[in-house]
Amino acid sequence: MNLDGSTLHRQRGSDVAAPVSRATFPAGLARTMVWVFGSIVAVILLLPVTYLLIRAVDAGDVAIEVLIHARTARVLGRTIWLAFWATISCAAVAIPLAWLTTRTDLPLRRIWAVLTPLPLVVPSYVGAYLIVTVLGPRGLLQKWLEPVGVQRLPDIYGFPGALLVLTLLSYPYVLLSTRAVLLRIDPDWEDASRSLGDTPWATFWRIIVPQLRPALAAGGLLVSLYVMRDFGAVSLMRYSTFTRSIYIQYQSAYNQTVAAVLALVLVTVTVGILALEMLTRGQARYYGNTLGTVRKTRIVKLGKWRWPALLFCASVVTLALLLPTGVLCYWLLRGLSIGVRVAPLWTATKNSLLASGLATCLTLIPALLVAVLSVRRDGRVGYLLDRLTYSAFALPGIVIALALVFFGANYARPFYQTLTLLIVAYSILFLPTAVGPIRSSLLQMAPSMEEAARTLGHRPLQVLRSITLPLVRAGVASGAGFVFLMTMKELPATLILAPLGFTTLATTVWSALEDAFFAEAAAPALLIILVSSLPMAWLVMREQSHP
Amino acid sequence: MKYLYVAALFVCCLSLSSCNTQFGGAGNQAEESVSIVVYSGRTENLVQPIIDQFAAASGIEVKVKYGKTSEIAATLLEEGGNSPADVVWAQDPGGLGSLAKAGMLSELPGDLLSRVPSRFQSPRGLWVGISGRARTIVYNIKAIDPGDIPKDIWGFTDSYWMNRIGWAPTNASFQVMVTAMRHEWGDKRTSEWLEGIMANNPGVYPKNTPIVAAVAAGEIDVGFVNHYYLHRFIASEGESFEARNHFLPGGGPGSLVMVSGIGRVSTSKNEEASLKFIEFLLSSVAQQYFASQTYEYALVDGVQAHRELTPLSELNTMDIDLADLADMQGTIDLLNQVGAME
Repeated sequence: MNLDGSTLHRQRGSDVAAPVSRATFPAGLARTMVWVFGSIVAVILLLPVTYLLIRAVDAGDVAIEVLIHARTARVLGRTIWLAFWATISCAAVAIPLAWLTTRTDLPLRRIWAVLTPLPLVVPSYVGAYLIVTVLGPRGLLQKWLEPVGVQRLPDIYGFPGALLVLTLLSYPYVLLSTRAVLLRIDPDWEDASRSLGDTPWATFWRIIVPQLRPALAAGGLLVSLYVMRDFGAVSLMRYSTFTRSIYIQYQSAYNQTVAAVLALVLVTVTVGILALEMLTRGQARYYGNTLGTVRKTRIVKLGKWRWPALLFCASVVTLALLLPTGVLCYWLLRGLSIGVRVAPLWTATKNSLLASGLATCLTLIPALLVAVLSVRRDGRVGYLLDRLTYSAFALPGIVIALALVFFGANYARPFYQTLTLLIVAYSILFLPTAVGPIRSSLLQMAPSMEEAARTLGHRPLQVLRSITLPLVRAGVASGAGFVFLMTMKELPATLILAPLGFTTLATTVWSALEDAFFAEAAAPALLIILVSSLPMAWLVMREQSHP
Repeated sequence: MKYLYVAALFVCCLSLSSCNTQFGGAGNQAEESVSIVVYSGRTENLVQPIIDQFAAASGIEVKVKYGKTSEIAATLLEEGGNSPADVVWAQDPGGLGSLAKAGMLSELPGDLLSRVPSRFQSPRGLWVGISGRARTIVYNIKAIDPGDIPKDIWGFTDSYWMNRIGWAPTNASFQVMVTAMRHEWGDKRTSEWLEGIMANNPGVYPKNTPIVAAVAAGEIDVGFVNHYYLHRFIASEGESFEARNHFLPGGGPGSLVMVSGIGRVSTSKNEEASLKFIEFLLSSVAQQYFASQTYEYALVDGVQAHRELTPLSELNTMDIDLADLADMQGTIDLLNQVGAME
């Protein structure tokens, strides 16, 4: 057992983890399969960047002019600043939530567990619009406060508004990955820490926090990259980020070459952030010696702290979920009351479920491969593949979509404007959201178990099926949850790549909101939240009933 | 783990089948009946009803890809010669201009072009306006008396409007208006106007809809927008909505009339059906639809404007050829120069 905190922090640098098994994959057929499949994944992941390079070459001198312009540096600085603070604030919201919903006797714990990840399904342009509707200088909140003399609320536009919206919509990234880990920490470690005389608080810092590190890094990475690619929230909140500059190039100048140059800057920044995240990884062991978690994790009694804890959960859920849902319901009812007819949304719902379901299944397969390779194999291949999954995550959806338009329409015509290409786009976009949690839970599993199975004569795929998969279930489940929720709300790639006439709930929301059809936007937006909360509820229930 | 295999199998089957299935289309049947593909920068809620009417009347199947005009244009530019699109219908002339410049639009026949005043079409006949929208001032009825609104858009540079204006400098329609200013006033005076407005600390919005919402909420008192969003809001929120439009009596760029336009993609193989579609949109039936259902201005003669709208003929609009508004890049450079887009 590894109780020495310093061991957990020791040894930084390459991800070639010495104590981790090298024997999981053998030579032979399985190995070839892994190679072939891995290469296909790598090629697909490289498409967006390849496209950008092809476009950027055309730019010539203009590219240099854009790059050295003072405005470019300014906007980039602002973008990184926002990404940094959003990551911090997401962690500050998500860590307590994750702990409260998994390890304490918080009242209504399961309900909070289901509700707290749901803000992830609110599309950012909808979320930002709703937050302005309520918290804007003359929003609904001001209307309620008017009787007590409040004529105008302080401006939320700019950095605070952007930070608020992005925190509320993206803290679930950290929450979901953290929770998957918390549910599987070997309770022996905590018991040992307690028996050595540590207070519960000290145990939390010495045992839990170091264990959370890979999950926090993965979640934080997703938040910071997501912030860089978001357009809806920052444009409504008037905080001009790099993605907004890219959009202006497409929107006003119709200039794809300059847009590509700018997008490549984002890719470069991503590489920098990935390098930073590497520094936090180190080579610590995160697994105990027992076979998975055999006993139920320790539940902390909150005592008098349950009320502040409850208040905290309630305020986050109110701001991030109830408030938007409330406004949507209000729009819907107001529309219905003045005779707006809301069309049935069967087709859009069916399409959304189909696309999200397929994207989830199809993304999990490469996600498992990448996670297993990067944790269990030594060498650079797994590591590179793992890093590669993130290369496109900071790119605005429109860039990924146009890359696939370029390759699809010109080189893969039979696949163009089919569901297949759309699903591929989703996989490129959301693969890292699935890899992170799987990787974190894989780190918690002792490789000796796989080795034992191998020694007993099982073939590698059998080991994967009978040992690895069941034990990383929590990670797979939260990875699946991510991909599903993200796909439900995805807009730019869906608009551009979907088969002709294939409308989803998200495109319906957008189309209606674009021209101020509020009731018509509210119905599908509520459906997105509802439909996503069902699988979410199932995942959470399952996760918590047998960790 | 059985469910994982089932899921994987499910994925494979569906992925394969989706290669050959056209969603929303008629699959194999499409080969027998005529069908066209329309890329629309106008939203489904606004134009699907009239497209359905065309399909029913002509027997031609219409498959539509909806999106933002800019994204539709970017998609077409990437598809190049392999584009499946027959017709592209854009929210504003900018997107069509970029496609025309890339040589992706075919010249339209003269009898179609002749139905619409020449200032509402491409000078080379590569696209034609379908419906008109006017630039206007949207104001909060509680905060502003229409009598206090200046007679032309220059008047908003007065410090009386400090903290009271909303605008959308990255919005395509706004940029077309600025292009009109440059044409009318020259770059120097236009940047003076931009700086004058910026000195009044305007609220910056990404597009028209949030401006109208903010005006009605009293967050700002006036906004520079296209006219028809207000009517959408009133239809959605009722007559008690606290904003109304005011057309500037002095004319000039502040009351420019712009169009949504349509063009035929040059690689399209369905010329006849595509032209039928465009012809239908210029018919009095379709033009009446735009006038009465989407609160826009009809561009062909003999169609009445919506009763809530000031007729186009009574608006003191700017007499300018849309072809004169092609230099969007110059406008963007100017907006960047004065720092309006940050």
